Amino acid sequence: MTEKYPELRANVIAILRGIAPEVEVDELRDDRPLRQQVDLDSMDWLNFLIGISERLKVSIPEADYGRLVTLGNLLDYLRAKLG
Amino acid sequence: MERTSIISKAPSELRTRPNLVDYEATRRAFTWDLAREALAGLPGGALNIAYETVVRHAGGPLRDHLAFRFLGQDGAVHDLSYGDLAVLTARFANVLRGLDVVRGERVFVLTGRIPELYAAVLGGLRAGCAVSPLFSAFGPEPIATRLNIGQGAVLVTTESLYERKVAKIRGELTTLRHVLLVSDDGTPTDVPGTHDLGRLMGAASDDFPTVPTRPDELALLHFTSGTTGTPKGAMHVHGAVATHWATGLYALDLHPDDVFWCTADPGWVTGTSYGIIAPLLHGVTSIVDEGDFDAERWYRILHEQKVSVWYTAPTAIRMLMKAGPELAQRFEFPKLRFVASVGEPLNPEAVWWGQEVLGLPIHDNWWQTETGGIMIANVPALDIKPGSMGRPLPGVEAAIVREGKDGLVEVVEEPDVEGELALLRGWPAMLRGYLNNEERYRKCFSGVWYLTGDLARRDADGYFWFVGRKDDVIKSAGHLIGPFEVESALMEHPAVAEAGVIGKPDEMVGEIVKAFVSLKKGYEPSDALRMELLAHARRKLGAAVAPKEIDFATTLPRTRSGKIMRRLLKARELGLPEGDTSTLEAGA
Repeated sequence: MTEKYPELRANVIAILRGIAPEVEVDELRDDRPLRQQVDLDSMDWLNFLIGISERLKVSIPEADYGRLVTLGNLLDYLRAKLG
Repeated sequence: MERTSIISKAPSELRTRPNLVDYEATRRAFTWDLAREALAGLPGGALNIAYETVVRHAGGPLRDHLAFRFLGQDGAVHDLSYGDLAVLTARFANVLRGLDVVRGERVFVLTGRIPELYAAVLGGLRAGCAVSPLFSAFGPEPIATRLNIGQGAVLVTTESLYERKVAKIRGELTTLRHVLLVSDDGTPTDVPGTHDLGRLMGAASDDFPTVPTRPDELALLHFTSGTTGTPKGAMHVHGAVATHWATGLYALDLHPDDVFWCTADPGWVTGTSYGIIAPLLHGVTSIVDEGDFDAERWYRILHEQKVSVWYTAPTAIRMLMKAGPELAQRFEFPKLRFVASVGEPLNPEAVWWGQEVLGLPIHDNWWQTETGGIMIANVPALDIKPGSMGRPLPGVEAAIVREGKDGLVEVVEEPDVEGELALLRGWPAMLRGYLNNEERYRKCFSGVWYLTGDLARRDADGYFWFVGRKDDVIKSAGHLIGPFEVESALMEHPAVAEAGVIGKPDEMVGEIVKAFVSLKKGYEPSDALRMELLAHARRKLGAAVAPKEIDFATTLPRTRSGKIMRRLLKARELGLPEGDTSTLEAGA
């Protein structure tokens, strides 16, 4: 499977690993809900999205959180935001 | 709106007349025997929670009434009527019998909030088994500890949770006889050493005579954490259902046409007592969200499902506050009439936020795993003092106690004095023991008083105010986490010499789990090692229990008897005076 936006993906995964270092990066699938693959509680999830917004300097309004379910959703969303 | 110190209520102006209007008169008239009379019961004085919640309604006018509406992560909606629930619980009970699982054996459930969880909990009770729902965010270690303490004979879980969390510890689960798997995608599962629950349910009969359990027969096991040792399995009996009924009536003010949403997961006691049992007793419709917290999603559920009574938690409320009022303003909640919260004290700002953003103040209430049901509450008809947990419900006698002369506690009569919150023993949902731990159970009592371990004060008007915990137990997002369980997992890492775990205050979740570790010879602190330890702890404990922060320390302060001084670690973390250190080991 070719992965989307490899550089962006690497950045997002680095942030994820800061919160959940146990994650098996090779097994992550872009098309499945991320929280079904990685054990993240509500606080982890919030910190993950805040981490992305700080590191990549994009604002992610809370109203958009609900759309960001899979890694694929997130990468598409960030790609569009970053232009 | 001016934020006053009291939110005054005018019961006559409420749209729905509350079930509890005259507080004093109702308390005087109330007895637990009267509450029991509201239940159906079974011949010969038997009482079974599954009969009270499901079977009797399915045989009456509520048969086609909606019991649960499940909202899938992906937007799918799955409805179950009381009649449907009767069929599913009968089938599950028959599945157990088909596997030679008998009355009194323990059934554990480890899934998300999916219909199978509710069928298994209630079906297990119907079959006379004791049921223990576990939080699906637990890691393999907490799962194994609880299953072993509880001597689980059956585990109901999903294919993916099994693969991620259970398969690797299966060998340690010596009492476990059967694993029943819920398929992830609806197709039959074929995992060695397990059964496909869907297939077994499909082949099971719709008829099952509810086991006539005794009121004092074990029904539910909920695990809670102490400061030391392994988690405690609090034992609750079928008779607890009288408390669930009375508190559903008075504290949650349930009325027959309500749409009720308890946001707690059944892996915690709130999600069982009020996410499953109480609303069914009252024949109302419950919303179950299978998804995780999301501010917009939650507002949308309140709006679209026309929720009328909402029971949630301070952490969620604070997350909604953080999302800003604009998000809430996109939705309308004309049906919402009562909002309650539990888990940790609700700060006055949050009570007022409810008034200003939802149009309703939020009613905090207090109880714990051991009490089985709500004990002290703010209720619709009574004035709220924001920041207070409210007043004792009918049938509940609460007091502030202190050490007495004869080794027993004595009641503090004067108001506004801090002391331990105690409850007069004898309400039906009171725990009846900790599994295999009679001594710890005995320590919960002093004479006629059950000691809660919470410090509180009572004001002159009879309102109770939470002050803090008497012990080192950590309260994160409303859930108790035992520092010992976290320390033990960290100590299993080869680099760790000793570990001390505290609750670090956090605006959003109350406290986060923070660990201090000292390293064995040959290991040096580094960010890479910190990440390795975090990964290790999360793999073993799961996100809900593992530390969020790990710091290195050269040594940890200990008492002369060798116990790690968590209190001192916490004082250091917070930059507070370290207090009396005379019992400390030299050099610490």
